[in-house]
Amino acid sequence: MAEYMLETKNLGISFGGLKAVQELNLKIKKKELYGLVGPNGAGKTTVFNIITGVYKPTTGTFLLDGEELKGKKEEVINHKGIARTFQNIRLFNNMSVIRNVMVGLHNQPEFRCDPFTSMFRLPKHFSSEKEMREKAKEILRIFNLEEERNNLACNLPYGKQRKLEIARALATNPKLLLLDEPAAGMNPSETQELMDTIRFVRDEFDMTILLIEHDMKLVSGICEEVTVLNFGQELAQGKTSDVLNNPEVIKAYLGD
Amino acid sequence: MAKSKIKSNFKIKNHLNYILIGVVLVITFIMNSIGELGRLDRSTLVRISFSIILAVSLNLVVGFLGELSLGHAGFMCVGAYLGGYFVNVFSGFIDSPLLVYVISIMIGGLISAFFGLVIGIPALRLKGDYLAIATLAFGEIVRNIFKNIKFFGASQGLETKIYPEKEFFIITLITVIVVLILCQNLIRSKHGRAVTAIRDNEIAAKSMGINVTFYKLFIFIIAAFFAGVAGVIYAQCIGQVKQESFSYNYSIEILVMVVLGGMGSINGSIIAATIITYLNILLQNELSGPLASVKLVVYAIILIFAILFNNAPAFNNLKNKLSLKGNRKKSKEKDDEAEWNRIDTKIKMDEMLSYDLPNDDDVNSYSNSKEDN
Repeated sequence: MAEYMLETKNLGISFGGLKAVQELNLKIKKKELYGLVGPNGAGKTTVFNIITGVYKPTTGTFLLDGEELKGKKEEVINHKGIARTFQNIRLFNNMSVIRNVMVGLHNQPEFRCDPFTSMFRLPKHFSSEKEMREKAKEILRIFNLEEERNNLACNLPYGKQRKLEIARALATNPKLLLLDEPAAGMNPSETQELMDTIRFVRDEFDMTILLIEHDMKLVSGICEEVTVLNFGQELAQGKTSDVLNNPEVIKAYLGD
Repeated sequence: MAKSKIKSNFKIKNHLNYILIGVVLVITFIMNSIGELGRLDRSTLVRISFSIILAVSLNLVVGFLGELSLGHAGFMCVGAYLGGYFVNVFSGFIDSPLLVYVISIMIGGLISAFFGLVIGIPALRLKGDYLAIATLAFGEIVRNIFKNIKFFGASQGLETKIYPEKEFFIITLITVIVVLILCQNLIRSKHGRAVTAIRDNEIAAKSMGINVTFYKLFIFIIAAFFAGVAGVIYAQCIGQVKQESFSYNYSIEILVMVVLGGMGSINGSIIAATIITYLNILLQNELSGPLASVKLVVYAIILIFAILFNNAPAFNNLKNKLSLKGNRKKSKEKDDEAEWNRIDTKIKMDEMLSYDLPNDDDVNSYSNSKEDN
């Protein structure tokens, strides 16, 4: 077992001449709530895309729980234990809430059932479908979405869609959860509820969480450590309260 | 235990299509035994059978996976030639024609599925129009290869043994039921969910750990398998496999069946395949000589009207006036000019997938919420 859940070593990516991310060294301990902040266009989502395998890093590498995942495909990285949510919500809109979560449960070993078993409706199919549904209900209950499980995902209010996305990511049983601006577009009371949910998820599932956020109240409220990115480079790193009072950081956010 | 619980929730609504075909089967069987069914009617039923198999299998690719494939007739061509060849071979030493039929549809289907695998691996890396072009090219290439192989009769086509008994349509209708059960079981399972998830949002599906490449290839191969099966039925029905019949016009015809019936709707595909095939035979008999080309015009008109009827605001108004349910829709929505831009090609998947939530008491809340919108 490695010391850090996620470790990036000199991680960098450039698109042509544009260096979107350079020499990023994140060290996230187990069960830590870690924040990644920075002005717009600083490269935060790009970091997420590298870690989840959407982009291949041009320099450096990253390790999850001591295992190098650089160059792996998105689905393989998910199987290894990284799940994410998206800045612009990407739910399966034409499916019901419970089925969204069941898609998340798709690869869990206890529900394994090959396509031909389903085609010929062998007993294994029925038992695994039933267990999957029970498990999905259980996850939805945690997020108070059980009542809406048969509604279409696109008919949910915005705050609940965000929650459903987190629930769906948790269904893949990850070690590390990446949240991309979970509080975007939420009102203060929804944000407060979200903070409680994130803390609850960390405690209940022993989850390591890395989140991108612009809402400094949320970041200072729940994150233990943060890294500030500016123009793809690490500007500051450390305890949340220290970093957010760092004059360099304030300058990056507000200008001179 | 789980099984018995599911069985108690067996809903006729979810199995309507193959029960209906079973009813058709019984009726035609009775009509046939009292001598009401002519030779032409029997062959019409066989043609409808393989059209349904083709339309449903293409719907798996186009409707559920959301990839446009224009080479379906090519897979059928492979099935027809090779399945037809094996029919000729096996009927030499196997007496039972049914056994020959079963073996040759399996072989025809498997070879066709193998072609699906070979074509699918490179082609499914392409997206949208490019995949359509690649599959279109495949269909034409396959047909031209068969045209130049002496072994398969070159341009003369392959003579195949027609199914010797009059009751061939019964066997093909049973095949249709089996194909429908298999397709529906596949779609209404976790794998069907994964496939629709890929269609809904490929990036999210990948990040949920769904193996997108595997599922695309798998659905493509299954569709090719069933197209091959349809090809073998064709060979045993017509008795002469000619490469001209599998031109890209035929691929388009299958696609028309899928679009007309509604993408992602198996029942729609069945209805559209039946209507178009029947119409095809009807027009072929009625319009002969110089009028034969009118057939294609009739096709086009039907398709245009089907699209208009579903999407044009004027038609929607008319529909709302005629139907009692129509009052539900807000009048504001009807006048919306922008409606044209929102032509919905994908039906709501939940109606298709509703089977996998059988013991939920409040499944109805879904339909309620739909009406609210």
